[in-house]
Amino acid sequence: MAHGPAKGLTRWFFTTNHKDIGSMYLWFSFAMFFLGGIFALVIRAELFQPGLQIVKPEFFNQMTTMHGLVMVFGAVMPAFVGLANWMIPMMIGAPDMALPRMNNWSFWILPFAFTMMISTLFMEGGGPNFGWTFYAPLSTTYAPPTVTFFIFAVHIMGASSIMGAINIVATILNMRAPGMTLMKMPLFVWTWLITAYLLIAVMPVLAGVVTMMLMDIHFGTSFFDAAGGGDPVLFQHVFWFFGHPEVYIMILPAFGVVSAIIPTFARKPLFGYSSMVYATASIAFLSFIVWAHHMFTVGMPLFGELVFMYATMLIAVPTGVKVFNWVTTMYRGSMTFETPMLFSIAFVILFTIGGFSGLMLAIAPADFQYHDTYFVVAHFHYVLVPGAIFSITAAVYYWLPKWSGKMYDETLGKTHFWLAFIGLNVTFFPMHFSGLAGMPRRIPDYNPLWADWNMISSVGAFLFGAAQVLFLYIIIRTIVSGKKATDRVWEGSHGLEWTVASPAPYHTFSTPPEIK
Amino acid sequence: MLRISKRSLVVLLVAACVAVMPSLGFASNWPLNMTEGVTDVSREVYGLHMLIFYICCTIGVLVFGVMFYSMFAHRKSRGAKASNFHESIALELIWTILPAIILVAMAFPATKTLKNIYDTSNSEVDILVTGLQWKWKYEYLGEDVSFFSSLSTPRAQIDNEEEKGEFYLLEVDEPLVIPAGKKVRFLVTASDVIHSWWVPDLSVKRDAIPGYVNEAWTKVDEPGVFRGQCAELCGKDHGFMPIEVHVLAQEDYDAWLNEKREAARLISEASKQTLTFDQLYEQGEAVYIKNCAACHMENGAGVAGVFPAIAGSPIATGAVSDHLNRVINGGQGMPAFGEQLTPVESAAVITFQRNAFGNNMGDEIQPIDVVKYKQGE
Repeated sequence: MAHGPAKGLTRWFFTTNHKDIGSMYLWFSFAMFFLGGIFALVIRAELFQPGLQIVKPEFFNQMTTMHGLVMVFGAVMPAFVGLANWMIPMMIGAPDMALPRMNNWSFWILPFAFTMMISTLFMEGGGPNFGWTFYAPLSTTYAPPTVTFFIFAVHIMGASSIMGAINIVATILNMRAPGMTLMKMPLFVWTWLITAYLLIAVMPVLAGVVTMMLMDIHFGTSFFDAAGGGDPVLFQHVFWFFGHPEVYIMILPAFGVVSAIIPTFARKPLFGYSSMVYATASIAFLSFIVWAHHMFTVGMPLFGELVFMYATMLIAVPTGVKVFNWVTTMYRGSMTFETPMLFSIAFVILFTIGGFSGLMLAIAPADFQYHDTYFVVAHFHYVLVPGAIFSITAAVYYWLPKWSGKMYDETLGKTHFWLAFIGLNVTFFPMHFSGLAGMPRRIPDYNPLWADWNMISSVGAFLFGAAQVLFLYIIIRTIVSGKKATDRVWEGSHGLEWTVASPAPYHTFSTPPEIK
Repeated sequence: MLRISKRSLVVLLVAACVAVMPSLGFASNWPLNMTEGVTDVSREVYGLHMLIFYICCTIGVLVFGVMFYSMFAHRKSRGAKASNFHESIALELIWTILPAIILVAMAFPATKTLKNIYDTSNSEVDILVTGLQWKWKYEYLGEDVSFFSSLSTPRAQIDNEEEKGEFYLLEVDEPLVIPAGKKVRFLVTASDVIHSWWVPDLSVKRDAIPGYVNEAWTKVDEPGVFRGQCAELCGKDHGFMPIEVHVLAQEDYDAWLNEKREAARLISEASKQTLTFDQLYEQGEAVYIKNCAACHMENGAGVAGVFPAIAGSPIATGAVSDHLNRVINGGQGMPAFGEQLTPVESAAVITFQRNAFGNNMGDEIQPIDVVKYKQGE
């Protein structure tokens, strides 16, 4: 017998329903997105002009650190887990996630982790101020006392991610409807399966590195303290062994989203499905052997430098395959440009531009000039904002009608797109120039030579921020008073999620669907 | 209709920026590209940068060309009917192998330049560069010359009370000086956290890491002045520890070395003199502003939870030997100032700290006390 959700708040505290948990992840991530955005706007406000105007350098460093941590661990990762929760069971014809109680737990520890981390901003000595990469010994011997809270918060976030990833692997491998073979799965499911393995592989490494920090700070060890026989460079190797796969954790599910949306609006099947799967797997494999390209200036031996340079350049090959496949999917299609498609096309273009600057950064001798400048800031914002953020936005517009049963307002959606698109480019494109002209990153004040580009970046950042407020308004308006959506929603949509009613019933596929 | 709204937005935005900028009084300058620099290596690096940039542009034009063509020609509103093709082994092979070939071609010149950068042999001048929070120390190996180099931009410019100069935040009190036409090797290390020594015109960026000595080199053909900054986040004043390199002709360089040695001799002479309390206090205040105020603040109040106050501190109001020890050897996260300050400066700043901010200890420390304390260890 089917039964609906519990009444009141306990529905959300005790739920084991993948749709409820998915919604909570998405709302949490949206809240963190705004918080991290506010931190970014503090940074851009201070950098609007040379000289110190608004914040002190010590607080500025806390803002850059918190912006990075909140966006990576609070906004992007939970958003993708939220999408996975909502969509994977529906895409593979499963009634729910394989481990529903753990699912509840892996979400509910997150708000506690972030409350703890953010509360350090109000503690004596201030919050973490050593950059989201928290290089030792700045983050150990020279850290503010609140670093211990930061370490504990990272542990909890890591535990949450690992549990989420285990759940996704268990669901995909065990709960597919009969006939849903691996090579029939939607690409979003494939990219998440591979992402989940990346998470299981590297989140324990992150836990390891922060535990070593904890030991150095409180228990007298010297893992990263040269004076005690330790090695500050070891920190960077361990961190980036986590950190590089981490950037693919934030982009592979985005590939999956875009690979669902572009065929829908091109009304043509995805070109090169199996090569997409293999390319994703290759990228995941390569992500484990390129970590030291973040460390070209630490003084590695020539041989090491060369190996990491070559391996890094190789990543361009499978990534190129993906881009070519998307473009060929569009070629000779019958395209319309609804909001999800606009965000997806912008994703392909802008992510490719970020890929180009990535290829430039891979050239080690040139990296000596780019490293730790605004050129790097431009690069990773070009892959993360149009990459992760735009794909999440596209996914929300694409599936919101299925989730809520209501259609968003197309004109408002397109307005949101153009504001975000222009805001993003006005913010981040000038950073290529200021970086090449020699502006280091993570500085609160700078020579007037870079003033004009910085002013433009700041104007763009506030425009981008405003666009996201519109996004919030659009979502709320859709849920409250949107027009009724059809079950199919989109003319060209394919896949199991479109075969159920809109909004999707509380329980779907209690009996497995038939897979053709 | 949408295209119009996009264009008008862009125009509006550009117009707004153009209108706002002159009113804020900045000279308009739009630096676009990496510097070519002044060394063979920096020119090679610039060449690599442009080569890979043009490769990316070419690929970009091709890929985006096909994409924009499809978006224009294959839209439903123009009556386009979707085809159904979705697989082509030949295409997949072409666009896997072709980029791989381009990358291999790119790897050759990159490897050559990298080998050149790593060849630090046969240097004619060796300089030990040490990063500290938040200044640089330069030691000329075998020349008996060493000094500290820190930001010389006045505080008033940073706080927007004075007009900012051309070299705002890129100027130091004591620049690094190297001879033109000689291979200069830098041995780069740090004494607290990780810093990174970067001068774009020389194309040298090397991390300064405690416990490591990294090597880099440069050879500048013509005399000139070149500026850079610390490139690795190193704490509060990371943005305020610039690098200034003066390249001099050989004879000017030799003369400068002699000047430096003479100055060192005068300092050791000076540490034998006895100063009055007022002299010590006055000089101490200047030393304090320059070296201590960044953390302990100009009013001696410190920053709660991070940097202890000097006012009423147990050290500044305790035994003189503890105070000497802390200033000379550092501790609890504070760097050692024994080498950064001359004995006269150390004596003056200790005297100042013990009598300013309401500490009123009434004692005075002479340069000779500092010298004796150092020798006594």
